[in-house]
Amino acid sequence: MTFFGKRMLRRRSRAAAAPEPVAAVSGTEPATSAELTAPSIVPVIARANRFSVQDLLIEASYGVGARPSRLVMTTLGTVLGIASLVVTIGFAQTAAGQISNQFDAVSATQIMIEPASTRNSSGNEQATGRLPWDSPERVDRLAGVKRAGLVADVDVAGALITSVPVNDPSAAQTLSPAVIATSPGLLAAVRGDVVTGRYFDAGHDERGDRVAVLGARAAETLGINRVDSQPSIFIGEVPYTVIGIIDGVERRANLLDAVIVPLNTARTEFALAAPAELHVQINVGAGTLVARQAPIALDPGAPENFKVQAPAAASSLQDNIQADINIVFLTLGILALLAGGLGIANVTLLSVMERVGEIGLRRALGATKRDIARQFIVESAVIGLLGGLIGSALGVFAVVVVSLLQGWTPILDPFVAIGAALLGTVVGLAAGAYPAVRASNIEPITALRGGT
Amino acid sequence: MVTAPVVELVNVTRSFPGPPEVQALKSVNLRVERGDYLSIVGPSGSGKSTMLNLLGLLDRPSVGEYHLDGTSTSLLDEKQRAIVRGGTIGFVFQSFHLLPHRNVLDNVLLATLYSGVPRAEREDRARAALDRVGLNHRLNFLPGTLSGGERQRVAVARAVVASPELLLADEPTGNLDETTGGEVMDLFEELHADGLTLIVITHDQAVSDRAERRVRITDGRLSELS
Repeated sequence: MTFFGKRMLRRRSRAAAAPEPVAAVSGTEPATSAELTAPSIVPVIARANRFSVQDLLIEASYGVGARPSRLVMTTLGTVLGIASLVVTIGFAQTAAGQISNQFDAVSATQIMIEPASTRNSSGNEQATGRLPWDSPERVDRLAGVKRAGLVADVDVAGALITSVPVNDPSAAQTLSPAVIATSPGLLAAVRGDVVTGRYFDAGHDERGDRVAVLGARAAETLGINRVDSQPSIFIGEVPYTVIGIIDGVERRANLLDAVIVPLNTARTEFALAAPAELHVQINVGAGTLVARQAPIALDPGAPENFKVQAPAAASSLQDNIQADINIVFLTLGILALLAGGLGIANVTLLSVMERVGEIGLRRALGATKRDIARQFIVESAVIGLLGGLIGSALGVFAVVVVSLLQGWTPILDPFVAIGAALLGTVVGLAAGAYPAVRASNIEPITALRGGT
Repeated sequence: MVTAPVVELVNVTRSFPGPPEVQALKSVNLRVERGDYLSIVGPSGSGKSTMLNLLGLLDRPSVGEYHLDGTSTSLLDEKQRAIVRGGTIGFVFQSFHLLPHRNVLDNVLLATLYSGVPRAEREDRARAALDRVGLNHRLNFLPGTLSGGERQRVAVARAVVASPELLLADEPTGNLDETTGGEVMDLFEELHADGLTLIVITHDQAVSDRAERRVRITDGRLSELS
């Protein structure tokens, strides 16, 4: 009985607010008087008692949860679309990580420094600086440097290189191998192997001993394949003792075609002016650091006189590869997502048609067209969000599992996972737009006269 | 103090553009005072639905004025009409229109969502309304488990929970057998006795006869039955 009492109260207060409502009925100018009295019939609802966002969410959640089995089918499209997007991006990132790991093997751990050069007035390259003879010792102390070695091409002024001192006039003229001078540590710095014998050491270098190491192909040309008998070669007329044969260098592959002598020997015998290149083997990831510090260590006064070839920073390498992979698979993921969106739109539309009676009822109970539209759009956004969350989780799971099986390091930007879930919401919102408009345009009259 | 009638129709005509143009209501005049219990009876096709839609602010007259609670409704926009509908008019339908997945209490609470019933009072008022129709032992039941008469009583509770000025019932007993239909009509009489203004639209003479005041609608014209 109490609520009827309240009704009476409310009526009385309304009558007080509009003292002459009858005038509107019998008046000769209904337009103006109606205008004056019009607000009296429209109750002013306190903000707290209006149909709020909270009410909207509760109503929408009932709508979403009303048919659980259908909900599963509806979200499936979005789940697959979002999952395939996450998997695509995840694998692209993981694969880029893998690929840069492979690059690390050589290119990412090798730096080459040479004197900078400019063109002089006659158009010839001219070095503007020179590498100090003790360059390997200077850069060895830098963090991230493993080994360093100097290389220089030696000009032997056309001297023939032979393995026998006798000049046989009937023999065909052969092209002599090049002569290259290196510091003792170079072989390690370019990752070469000694096939037989040994590489020269600091002692040979210091004394300027006439010793030579042959590259594998040069040794073949000269007909030398063992060094235990201490064979000699002749550069011009000067004999050099061959102490080893090398192979398998990763950098400066022309070492294999050359006769290699210690730097100091080249300086004294052939008046070598300066080393040409400094090869440095570095730790993974130290490229940027060493590239910045090495020129300063070499010549603190003029570090700009050196040209450094360092591996590309890991991130730019990754970005390039990622871009290549992503475009193909992202397209597939987006297509799947579009299909998912269409699925949501379809089912929401179906649900609007089924719930015509409910829509009419809500309109009769005072819901505006906007309230109806908002309810359906929130319902489909919630479905999209659900699909996005599940899809994102599945995608992350798939990336982790496959990486585990392959022994890779799974790499996935956390924003991708979060963003994918939100993308599901956006898809739901977009998919719900048309059904929501359809729902809000349903005439309550026809809706309420139809069954259910 | 003169109080305005709850409903006043002045020369209301509602025509649907043709061809051929159909006049569902022809120059209807009707005055329903506060506390009246009116029935509008007529065969199908006589304009009952149109009447219901106009009275319930679900439709607008083509010609004429509809004053609800002393105020002209022609100047209200759709949003205002929705608010008035929620706060001033309660509906009872032939096919109940209960939400099948919500329990009885939630179904009644639905009417408080859009009508501005103070949030703190909502549940108490819904329980009171259900108590009033004798269903306080069925609060957590789903509509599907209730009998037809019980469902219609839930619908009545929903219609009165927001304390409307006017209760509009459209064939309230159409889906009920004689006994349960009679129970619902008894309930209407009790509500009427409490001071509620009631308009029942029906084709059933027996239902119509229980009203205090009866109006016949034939071919879009109203005639008072004494």
